[in-house]
Formats: sequence, C-alpha cells, structure tokens
Amino acid sequence: MGLKQNLHNLKEKYKGTKMEQGFNALHTFLYLPNSTTHSGAHIRDAADLKRIMNTVIMALVPCLIFGIFNAGYQHHLAINGAAEFLTMDNFLVGASKIIPLLLVSYGVGLGIEFIFATINKHEVEEGYLVTGMLVPLIVPVDVPLWMLAVAVAFGVIIGKEIFGGTGMNILNPALTIRAFLFFNWAGWMSGDKVWVHGGVNPADYGVDAISGETILGTLAGNGNVSYSVMDMFMGYIPGSVGETSVFFILIGALILLLTGVGSLRIMLSAVIGAVIMGLIFNGVAGTDLVPEGSKFFGLMSFPFWQHLLVGGLAFGIVFMATDPVSAAQTDTGKIIYGFLIGFISVMIRVFNPAFPEGVMMAILLMNVFAPTIDHYVVQANVKRRMNRLKTKTA
Amino acid sequence: MSKDISIRKGLDIKLVGEAELTTKDLPASKVYALRPDDFHGVIPKLIAKQGHTVKAGSPLFFAKGNDKVLFPSPVSGEVIEVKRGEKRKILEIKVSADLDQVYEDFGTKDPSSMNREQVIDHLTSSGCWPFIKQRPYDIIASPDDQPKAIFVSGINSAPLAPNMDFVLAGKEEVLKAGFTALTKLTEGKVHLTIGKSSNAFPQVAGVEVHKASGKHPVGLVSTQIAKIDPINKGEKVWVIKAEDVAIIGELLLTGKYNAERLVALAGSGFNTPSYVKVKQGATVGDIVAGNIKEGNYRIISGDVLTGTLSSKENFLGYYDNQITVIPEGDDYDFFGWNKPQPNKFSVSRATLFSFLTPNKKYDLNTNTNGEHRAFVVTGEYEKVFPLDIYPMQLLKAILVKDIDEMEALGIYEVAPEDFALTEYICISKQDHQRIVRQGLDIMINEVG
Repeated sequence: MGLKQNLHNLKEKYKGTKMEQGFNALHTFLYLPNSTTHSGAHIRDAADLKRIMNTVIMALVPCLIFGIFNAGYQHHLAINGAAEFLTMDNFLVGASKIIPLLLVSYGVGLGIEFIFATINKHEVEEGYLVTGMLVPLIVPVDVPLWMLAVAVAFGVIIGKEIFGGTGMNILNPALTIRAFLFFNWAGWMSGDKVWVHGGVNPADYGVDAISGETILGTLAGNGNVSYSVMDMFMGYIPGSVGETSVFFILIGALILLLTGVGSLRIMLSAVIGAVIMGLIFNGVAGTDLVPEGSKFFGLMSFPFWQHLLVGGLAFGIVFMATDPVSAAQTDTGKIIYGFLIGFISVMIRVFNPAFPEGVMMAILLMNVFAPTIDHYVVQANVKRRMNRLKTKTA
Repeated sequence: MSKDISIRKGLDIKLVGEAELTTKDLPASKVYALRPDDFHGVIPKLIAKQGHTVKAGSPLFFAKGNDKVLFPSPVSGEVIEVKRGEKRKILEIKVSADLDQVYEDFGTKDPSSMNREQVIDHLTSSGCWPFIKQRPYDIIASPDDQPKAIFVSGINSAPLAPNMDFVLAGKEEVLKAGFTALTKLTEGKVHLTIGKSSNAFPQVAGVEVHKASGKHPVGLVSTQIAKIDPINKGEKVWVIKAEDVAIIGELLLTGKYNAERLVALAGSGFNTPSYVKVKQGATVGDIVAGNIKEGNYRIISGDVLTGTLSSKENFLGYYDNQITVIPEGDDYDFFGWNKPQPNKFSVSRATLFSFLTPNKKYDLNTNTNGEHRAFVVTGEYEKVFPLDIYPMQLLKAILVKDIDEMEALGIYEVAPEDFALTEYICISKQDHQRIVRQGLDIMINEVG
C-alpha cells in the first residue's frame, strides 16, 4: 500500500464527482497514468504533452534566474549608482518581487483552469504550465499584483478557455495577458517607473527619482543609449523580467532546438525578418529623408543587429512566436509566419515611438493571420493534386 | 521499365523479439472461425447455418449488396456456432475442423489462357475475391469495377513484420500463376514492389517490378501507390497482399482453396519467436500454446501498429500474417512524464534519449505514455508521413466532417494503416487510424 495504491483508490472514489478533474490533474502530475492503448497502434511514443511543456519550462528557467538577479541589480544600481551583479542581496530583492509574480500567475491561471475543467468535465491540460511561467518573465518587475491577477484571468478566459482550452486558442495566451496589461494600464506598462523595482515610490529608498527607462524608450525619445553592446547582450539593462538577457534566451533557444520542441524555421526566419527590416531602416536613416531631428531618427539609425539585443524581440521570437498552437502549422507557413513577425516587430518599434515594444503586437497580429497563411500553403498542395488530375485527363 | 522508389520520411521502430527464420510445426487447431468484422463494411448474409458440414472453400456467407463476393470456410468440418453480438450482429462463424481435410474442387486452370470475366468468376466463386481490396476507402473491391492498376507490396516494413523472402520461399510457381491472373484483371499495370535484395518473386510478363528502399511505411501499399501512380478522384486501384497472390495461384493450379500461410510469431512475449504454418481463422490459443512467457502480455493479431487486440480464445485475422505479443503497460509510473525513460522509444528528444542509440531494440509496452489531448504540437507527423498530404489538416477535416476539404486534402489516397505511424508519434495521443476510418466511411456514404 504505497502512495501509488492510495492514489489509485482515491481515483476510483472521486470518479464521477466534482473532484474528479482536479484530482486527476494532481494524480497524473505525480504518476504517468496506467492507461493502455485500445484501438489503433498498440505502442505509443514515450513523449506526451506534459513532457513537451516541461521542456519549455526548463528552457525558461535560465531566463528566470537571470531575471531575478537582474531585478535586484537594477534596483541597487538605481539607488546607489553602482552595484555588483552576482550578490545574494540582488537575488533576494529580485526573488521578493518575482516569486510573488510567479505565484499570482500560476495561482490565478491554474485556479481558473481547474474551475473550467470541472465545469466542462475535461482534463486539466498542460498549456497553462508554460503560460504561467512566461507571464512573469514578460511583465515589468514592479507591476502591481492585482493588475497581473486581473490580466491573467482575462487572458486565460478570453484568450483560451472560451475557445475550448489548450490547443484550441487563436492567440498566444501569455501575450494576450501582456496585451491586456498594456492596453489597460498603458501608463504603467510603457513609462519609466515599473521597469526598475523602486521606481514607483523612490522615496521609500531615500532617492528622489529612479530613472528606469528601457533602451527602446530612450531611443524613441532620440536619447543616447548609455549601455554597451555587451551589457545589452548579457542583459544588464532594465526591461521585462526575463527578456533582457539575450545570452540566456539563446541557452533557452538551444534547449528548444536540440530537443526539437521549438521550431527552427520560425526562429530563424523571424531573425532574418527583423534583420532585413532593420537594414532597410538603417539605409533610410542614412539618407536625407529622415533628418537627425526627426522623431524616428533614434530608432531608425539604431544598428540593425542591435534590435535583436534590446527589448523583447529575442524573447518573443524564441518563446512566443514558436508557440505551436497559435503559430502557423505547416512547414512553409512557419517560415512566412516567422519572417513577418521579425519584419513587423521592428517596423512597429520604429514607427510607433509611443509604443516601442513591437514584438508583442507583431506576434499577436501574426497569430491572427497564421490560419490564413496555412490555408494558402495547404491550397498550394490541393492545387498540385488537382493539376495532377488535369495532366492525366488532358 | 521499372520505377524504383525510395522514401526519406518514415520511422523504423525497432523491437525485440524478431521471429527466427525457422518454421515450427503445430498440431492443427480444432476450431476455426471467420469473423465478418475482418471485412470492413461487409454485412454478412449467412449461407452455412449451424450444423451444416462444409468443405475448405465452401462459402460461409456472402456480402449483402454484392452477392458475388463469397467468404469461404478455411477448413472442412461442421459449422458449430454462429456467435452473435448486440442487435444480432454476427461476430464469428466457427467451424470445427475435420481430421482429414476435404477441399472443394474448383478445377485446375491455366491463367494465361483465361480472360478477365473468367478470372473474376473463378475468384469470386472460389471465395478468393475478399483478398482484393481497393483504394480509395480500403474496402473489398467490387468485381464490377475497372481498376486503373493493381498494386502488390512485396515488402513488409512494419515493426517485427514477417520476412517476405522467407514466407514466400518455394512458392514461385503459384506466385507466377497468381500474378498472371492479376494481369488479366486490369487494363492498366500490375505493380509489384519488392525490397532491394528480395529474390522471392518470379518474373511475370505484364508485372512491373519496383525496388523500394527506406524506412517504414515504405512497405505500405499506399506509399508505393503515391510514389508510382497516385490515385486521383474517381479512380480506383486494387491492392492485394503477396501472400494472398500465392493462395490465388495455388487455387488456379490445384483447384483447391488452401488458406494456409506462414505466420510470424514475434514480440518479446514469445519464448521462441519463429514462424508457424497455420490456416486463416485458427484459434490463437492453439497457435501460441506453450510459447508465451509468464506475465501480463497482450496478444495482437497483426503487427503492433495496425493489428487488432486478440486473445487466446480469439481467432487469427483473415488478412493477418503475424501474431505479436508484447507486455501490457497498465501500471503507473512515478513522474513518468518528465524523467528520462531509457527503456522507451521516442522520436522526441525532450528528456528522452533514444535518439542516441538508433540501433537499440526496445521492449515497448502498451502504455499510452500520456493522456488524450487536443492537437497541439505541429510539424511532427510530416516527419514520418511520406505522402504529399498534410496529415494533421486531413485529420481535422475528418473530425469536422468537411467532405470537400477531405477530398481536397487527399482522403482518397489513404488507408487507416497509413496513419499508424503518425498515431504512434502523436503527442496528443489521438486515435488517428480510427479517425481516418471514420472519414473513409463518411466518404463511402456521402460520395460512394
């Protein structure tokens, strides 16, 4: 009579009751179920959705840990003017801000998933495990928890559950949450207060003001970026929790690509799309069309490859654009989809200085168009088949 | 002029328990049965009732809607039971076998001098017609149709599948007669696809031989059709298994319907995996008697990807040339969804490391390794699906019963077995073969 047997007995007990879905979620979390094949192939691949989702979470962990350190580092940098990076203090300050974000994200999100699973009598599905991890990584560190809770509730219900749950949604749920935050509390999400912990009420830390502007914010105001390329690459810059360090994002990308969970097609073509758009802008910025005083000049003349280092572009490309549910599903479609995400991201960045973070909008926009892209890719296949018929009868 | 084919997409699942190339003699089964369920879409009309005595080759029932298609008894003896299920559906027609087998005499024929009508008449009246299936729909062909071509697969690429060269050794003469008869059935070509080094097949005039190489499903006839001469809307092709061509050949040469075949006993559940000579419909318990290991094992009539769940009380399937026994996987596995699984095989590399040992043979069980989910992960099926078809899109079109879409996406070209591999690798644990069968049935009803 071990845990296994006890859980099995409880499973029988809860069968058909309101507790069934909730209990099963817990049970299948602890144990791979004993279900066997009945029809079709008698053997099945060892991978399942839980394992795939788990791989994505593991790929996100480096970004999370870096984000925790960076939150503390930016905080201390802002109030003291100088700070070490790898200190326990940074970690504790960061953790004190980010762990609550994680708890709210998972608590509210999974809570709603459990409620919907119970009402609709379907299994609690794994999709939110990744969404719940993504959300704290793409919000500013000082976002109020209640805002996050409201946004998560919106994202899970409107972004996913009304479509039927995991696998049925049209938009990326994590980005839906992020977009909800942005459009409801735009002042919070694009100003310079929330990116560095303490910016909202600097008096608590004995300083008059904390300037926590992001690099994109600075560029949009034609300001001078004070960070080195190495800082941008390693991520010692203000920004959403997990998105600043391209180095750790690349580690995540490597995990996703080596395991085959993330789509290389999407990632690569998105990078190419961003680079091409960046090159176009760099070219235009060199002409007379855009004088140095123009409000677009700062972002247009920003070296094209550095677009990949700042803001959420790298994070978005690696972890958001590759979401298989909301992305294009055909191989050719993925290339088009990824390219347009990169291309449009940089375009939005430059043309909308009030809203420099374009990648979120680009991905959501392409989420909407992904089925259309797939449609035309599939139609090409259908046409080929039809042509075969024609050449035969001709 | 032959057109060799090779495919790059696909997947070989390597399992332990391959049948040794030896044939064991078995005492004959006492009871044989014909199961109408082996013939998809056939509604049986009984000819032989309980208590009748039949010869090997005497019809037991015919198909409602096409009374030419007869289904013969594999043995001579007495019909001892017509087992019925819900709504009086006929499940099994059991025949207790005589000690000395008596064969119905259909007369010896020379296939080279027969015309199409004569061949069709001979095959239908002798009960050999059900061997011939058609694409689209993967059902028994209608003798009234004109197929554009006939395809025979001479390779078996499924996991633990029988070795065709071994199974057909010494059958050149009957194969020759069988293939000659097939060439009469179509105005198009008879295509035979064989393995690179196969030497089991005789040269027959009018039969185009293709050499095939690649992973599973290269042995599936749909794959071969797609590569050689794809099916278009409105066309029909006929397919038949090479072993059954031999049975047809034997009928022509001897006048007897001899439903005997060499069946591979494979899988980790057998003490001595090997081949046995048995007749269609033999009791599975007799075939595997004394050969199965102690423990919780599953008996499958057919291979692990497309076979049907069987048991010792059950009977060998009409088309099956293999019995596979693998362990049942009905146990819980602590954190089995995230820890590495060295004993399991996966195309995924997500904390699964079977890709590091590509030649290792696995002892897989029947655990689903996860729960049923909506389609989430994309781009996976295409890696093992060699046809020019979008498998997930087709499955979704079937699920929403969109006939135009199914047609456009290529439903006429596929059989359920083509989706066995995508079903195997499906992370969402969907039943692809069942979905495809459902889609084909919708098309039969709506388009015909």
